[in-house]
Amino acid sequence: MTGTTLLDGGFTAPVFQSQAIFRLVMDAVAQPGRIVDLGNPVQAPAPLEPAAAAFLATLADYDTPVWFEDNGTDTAASWLTFHTGAAVTKDPWTASFAVLSKNSPVSGWRNFAMGSLSYPDRSATLLLPVESLRDGTPLTLRGPGIETIATIAPCRLPDDFTETMATNTARFPLGFDLLLICASELLALPRTARLVEA
Amino acid sequence: MTNPSLPAYNFAYLDEQTKRMIRRAILKAIAVPGYQVPFASRDMPMPYGWGTGGVQVTASILGPDDVLKVIDQGADDTTNAVSIRAFFAKVADVATTTRTEDATIIQTRHRIPETPLAHGQIIVYQVPIPEPLRFLEPRETETRVMHALEEYGLVHVKLYEDIAQHGHIATTYAYPVKVEGRYVMDPSPIPKFDNPKMHHSPALQLFGAGREKRIYALPPFTDVVSLDFEDHPFTVQRFDCRCALCDAQDVYMDEVITDDRGGRMFVCSDTDHCETRRSEGCQGAGLPQHCTAKAGWEAAE
Repeated sequence: MTGTTLLDGGFTAPVFQSQAIFRLVMDAVAQPGRIVDLGNPVQAPAPLEPAAAAFLATLADYDTPVWFEDNGTDTAASWLTFHTGAAVTKDPWTASFAVLSKNSPVSGWRNFAMGSLSYPDRSATLLLPVESLRDGTPLTLRGPGIETIATIAPCRLPDDFTETMATNTARFPLGFDLLLICASELLALPRTARLVEA
Repeated sequence: MTNPSLPAYNFAYLDEQTKRMIRRAILKAIAVPGYQVPFASRDMPMPYGWGTGGVQVTASILGPDDVLKVIDQGADDTTNAVSIRAFFAKVADVATTTRTEDATIIQTRHRIPETPLAHGQIIVYQVPIPEPLRFLEPRETETRVMHALEEYGLVHVKLYEDIAQHGHIATTYAYPVKVEGRYVMDPSPIPKFDNPKMHHSPALQLFGAGREKRIYALPPFTDVVSLDFEDHPFTVQRFDCRCALCDAQDVYMDEVITDDRGGRMFVCSDTDHCETRRSEGCQGAGLPQHCTAKAGWEAAE
């Protein structure tokens, strides 16, 4: 599904497609753990998965530097810059959005902006691709947006994932917001989502 | 000249870059419930104080399939509600309704509908002063530090002074709440009667302050606790009268003065709630009351 050239693969109806994508993303962030399917409104070069590409096409622009973890993402980065105007940064600290690699080492996540106590909104949103959102070991979630508990089962999370998420939750209101992505589907783990023992 | 095939403005009035900026602010607002996210508020074709914050939030989330309800002090038929509803009907060609349960997005000024909100609905509040500490501390630099350090003693002092002067907490609207045990938040000037509806609401609640350039949010099922004291627990207004039109009780009432001899009627502030009840056959006394409502001093506010 990759575009034949960098100029291809953008939204065909940007106003309405980005609105529809945003509402799904907002649903996902407001209800941590809920899986939403963004479809394939854009076709981006690898390693951008469809949901990550749709998310960035909807929300990235010249105000939001994007950081790529993978090497060899020049094509994807160029596609993103052409279609959204977003700058690609080499410095994770400056990134609004970070496109992680599968099995991204969590030790690197501390390099992302997590906001300040005065401005906790000035924090990064991380996009983590996983093998599957449904076939992994179940994890239980609590927090705002969840009536009682929610269960997620992402597959092949990075090592020390739960410890990193516990640290992220503990430093609320600081922290990053994480989106787990698999193909066209996405679920959100904002900093308020607590992973708890089932 | 303008190309007739191109519309004069974008869908839902705002340009796409503005929508993206507001959408990013909304996502961070949801991720940090109760925290006021600064945003680059735009000039809207209506003056500040007429709901420009709510309008910008609604415009950024609104899609062609949405059904929009707009209320002003509970009423669908007052100036602010009518003009904002007409605005979105024109610039977004969106379906509008007055029925709370039919709406996907409800923009509100100063009320939460009586009909409980449902999962999947979004309520957008118009907020004049988003900062709950503003009348206690005018400097933004200071209130920002107070939020950062969770330094909310001043709010409790204000409530305590109410008790010292009046014998009870005299704050009746814009009653401060604490969100998820962290941020003290202004619920916008809704009557404190509506505060309990915010707690664990299944609907997503978004707040937009246009002049003050702030957006904040409550995800569904968020803890929203009205501040109080152990010996002066939070209570809501009670009305002893029943709605003169639909006989409803335990709703928020408007007092309507009917003559210059003390005649007055109490009617539902939520017009949709009142109309629905009347269409179901409920009927109130319909006459002005010359009685003194027991909760008069509070009901009159």
